[in-house]
Amino acid sequence: MKLSATLTTLAAAMIVAGTAHAATELVIATVNNGHMIEMEKLTPFFEKAYPDIKLKWVTLEENTLRQRVTTDIATHGGQFDVMTIGSYEVPIWAKRKWILPIKTDAAYDVNDLLPPIRSALSYDGKLFAAPFYGESSMLMYRKDLAEKAGVKFSGRPTWEEVRDAAAKMNDPKAGVYGICLRGKAGWGENMALLSTMVNTFGGQWFNMKWQPQLESKPWHDAVNFYVDMMKKYGPPGASANGFNENLALFNQGKCAQWVDATIAASFISNPKQSKVADDVAFAQAPVAVTPKGANWLWSWSLAIPASTKKADAADKFVTWATSKDYIKLVASQEGWANVPTGTRESTYANPDFKKAATFAPAELKAIETADTHDATLPKSPYVGIQYAAIPEFQAIGTAVGQQMSAALAGTETVDQALKTSQELAERDMRQAGYYK
Amino acid sequence: MAPAVLTLFLWMIVPLVMTLYYAFVNYNLLEPGAHTFAGLNDFRYFVTDPDFWPAVWNTLLLIGTVIVITVVFGVLLALLVNEPFPGRGVVRVLLISPFFVMPTVNALLWKNMMMNPIYGVLADVWRAFGATPVDWMTNWPLLSVIIIVAWQWLPFACLIFITSLQSLDREQMEAARMDGASAPQRFFYLTLPHLGRPMSVVIMIEMIFLLSVYAEIAITTSGGPGNASTNITYMIYKQALLGFNVGVASAGAVFAVILANIVAVFLVRIIGKNLD
Amino acid sequence: MPPRNFLPVTLRTLVAWVVTLLLFFPLGWVFLTSFKTELQAIHVPPLFVFHPTLENFSLVQQRSDYLLFARNSLYTSVGSTFLGLLIAVPAAYSMAFFKTRHTRDILLWMLSTKMMPAVGALIPVYVMCQTAGMLDSVPALIIVYTLSNLPIMVWILFTNYKEVPGEILEAARMDGANLWKEFRHVVLPLTIGGLASTGLLCLVLSWNEAFWALNLTSAKAGTLAVMIASYSSPEGLFWAKLSAASTMAIAPIIVFGWLCQKQLVQGLTFGAVK
Repeated sequence: MKLSATLTTLAAAMIVAGTAHAATELVIATVNNGHMIEMEKLTPFFEKAYPDIKLKWVTLEENTLRQRVTTDIATHGGQFDVMTIGSYEVPIWAKRKWILPIKTDAAYDVNDLLPPIRSALSYDGKLFAAPFYGESSMLMYRKDLAEKAGVKFSGRPTWEEVRDAAAKMNDPKAGVYGICLRGKAGWGENMALLSTMVNTFGGQWFNMKWQPQLESKPWHDAVNFYVDMMKKYGPPGASANGFNENLALFNQGKCAQWVDATIAASFISNPKQSKVADDVAFAQAPVAVTPKGANWLWSWSLAIPASTKKADAADKFVTWATSKDYIKLVASQEGWANVPTGTRESTYANPDFKKAATFAPAELKAIETADTHDATLPKSPYVGIQYAAIPEFQAIGTAVGQQMSAALAGTETVDQALKTSQELAERDMRQAGYYK
Repeated sequence: MAPAVLTLFLWMIVPLVMTLYYAFVNYNLLEPGAHTFAGLNDFRYFVTDPDFWPAVWNTLLLIGTVIVITVVFGVLLALLVNEPFPGRGVVRVLLISPFFVMPTVNALLWKNMMMNPIYGVLADVWRAFGATPVDWMTNWPLLSVIIIVAWQWLPFACLIFITSLQSLDREQMEAARMDGASAPQRFFYLTLPHLGRPMSVVIMIEMIFLLSVYAEIAITTSGGPGNASTNITYMIYKQALLGFNVGVASAGAVFAVILANIVAVFLVRIIGKNLD
Repeated sequence: MPPRNFLPVTLRTLVAWVVTLLLFFPLGWVFLTSFKTELQAIHVPPLFVFHPTLENFSLVQQRSDYLLFARNSLYTSVGSTFLGLLIAVPAAYSMAFFKTRHTRDILLWMLSTKMMPAVGALIPVYVMCQTAGMLDSVPALIIVYTLSNLPIMVWILFTNYKEVPGEILEAARMDGANLWKEFRHVVLPLTIGGLASTGLLCLVLSWNEAFWALNLTSAKAGTLAVMIASYSSPEGLFWAKLSAASTMAIAPIIVFGWLCQKQLVQGLTFGAVK
């Protein structure tokens, strides 16, 4: 017995030694935003810390990435070992057991994660994706133009105040438009913004019976307000403008105000990219009837598909890329203004970060007030602020987005657009079996 | 020779059969489980979409307009560069180069660099003439897509016509000129018939590719505003990659093939004599 | 050569150049933008004169493995063209010269299979590749591209072969030529232009193909289309970088087109030279 035990131990040791020398290759699918590109650049640091793991990157634009990874994970294609997904996918995929819970240790300090972000990425009490980057939405405006027009925002502005400010700062002859907002059709484009407007006007996407509420009063109020304000004080071509188009406009000095993702703040304050870097100021996203759901919450996170054969290596990478040390690494390579934000309290407590990022306090406040489980005035059956975390939402959101874009372009009246949107949403929800 | 045709046949049949199968079952990628039989449900759902008939109309409009633009201008351009002149070689290369651009880049290029009403080049040109720049994507969505697609396919038509003109019978042309035939007469009775077959090829090939125009729409207008620039392929994309509803997407694909076949029958009747 | 066109030469030269430059302008703009900084790229009004920089190219070079993507593009394009011709030539030949009752129907049926938008067949093909263990492989792309382009290739070659006058073939057969000799010595010289244009078309279509390249590959088999996708529409300004990446992606095939254009245009005839 002693001999066989020794032999077994020997054999086991040899197997372990053998596998320890073979390098594990991880295929990582990620979105092509700046912070992820940065992560790709820092690969050598990871490979030095874990010599037996090699990283291979597949970087794609957001929509393409989402389609690619969803197709793969639903057909158990097994092409990726780590996937970058958003807070929209996490609840849906975790429920279907398509992703594995993240194993963390004490050094990772999972309690350091910002509570709203952590809760958005958890299911059944377990963390199913590690947040790499988090954002909310807020109001960004030109303080020089505001001063000139005598506009002052006290505390948290209301949408009425924003509209009045837009009227005062609107100067098309000088090439400045009072307000720039998203108008391009898409569930993650114009509907992200419009959903927050609907929320703060007291509305919701679906009631507790999962019936779409697109013709309710809050929807009418919010969309009419949006279309009216944009027609009067918005730039031409607004119905095709997404995040990037508005960013280009703002950076060229063409927008007096802009309500959008908090990450925009880092771009517009960067003198290398923006002509107006020194003239920007921030405030919380505007409210109307209620502050609930007035600013959205989004997080890009790293998840491990259940079909991977390299779960341990994947876990090592995922925890490395979202750790405090990683953030310090980026700071040492690119400066504190360029670290991925919106994930950890320790980042915001860091004095160097606070000095380098003037937008940090506004961003932190925005994220802290965003709660994906309580975003609407009437109670809702779904989680999510600017989306409803159900599989049908992408198609419904985009179809409604197309209608809203038409309302903004003037090819349909707001009432018509909302009526059609309601019909489309009902049709899809019925087909999906939510109700008869 | 028969084995070659047979190989062709076999390789193409498998995806086709699978698509046909999926069109009759309930299959949503995000709902794991057995594929229950759905009868004609997927088809019904696709056809009763409020966007369906507008999309059919947009598809036909897109295909028809782009074909007309590319054939007419293709012939004119080919005639223009048919005789030698200084720099003809360079001109020919420049003319066919837009065909080599990837559709995604093409769409982004036109949307942002050319057609943006604030910082696009076309806006600049309009302003230089003192006019307000046209808001292409908002007011003329389908036309914008048509322009983008036609720009990409014009070189293809050009190339086919240029090479076809090279084989035009010169002696016949010279004889006609001697006999006193005017330039338009020479064009209509000699040149145009000679271009008959290449025209049919261009039309058939373009029809196939124009049916599946998708990247240009997704990147510029996202099918909007409303459904002004949605075509059948974009509808299928929405079902397949936004809703992940493979059943309905497959039903849509079958419809696309049916629609294309109908159009092809019409086209063949018009230009069919040139195909045999 | 008698001027068939009614415009005198100088006018024709002017018109030709103006039209060409107008048509080429957007592409030229992309090329120009690849030498600008991001801020210059979004400048209002658009900048024609500026201080050029090579930073975008070096950035693309650092960030993406250009050579890997270019190599994969090359393999898939050339591979699918070659494989396609191998199958299409005999198929078109048999349909053109051994015509049966069903030939026309087969041709139209083949074309109709091409009419199905790729996105409709995504899941069937994805599952097929996955079952065969061929996801993320260059051979898988070659096969898919070949299948996609086959109907077009057969069609063009078919119409080419129809142009060959029957008498020449009759004469060759009477002289005792067998099938292979008939093809090699009679048909091939007359239709080599058609072969070249078909090959070029297939090459360009495969080079630019993005849908399958994006969906069937991950780490190893990505083509230049995948590289472009990683520069397109991230959050933030991306114009200059995308222009540089596009220039690097288009350059090989434009250079190729330039080098061959003389041969192509000379050889491309749609009718037998009389």
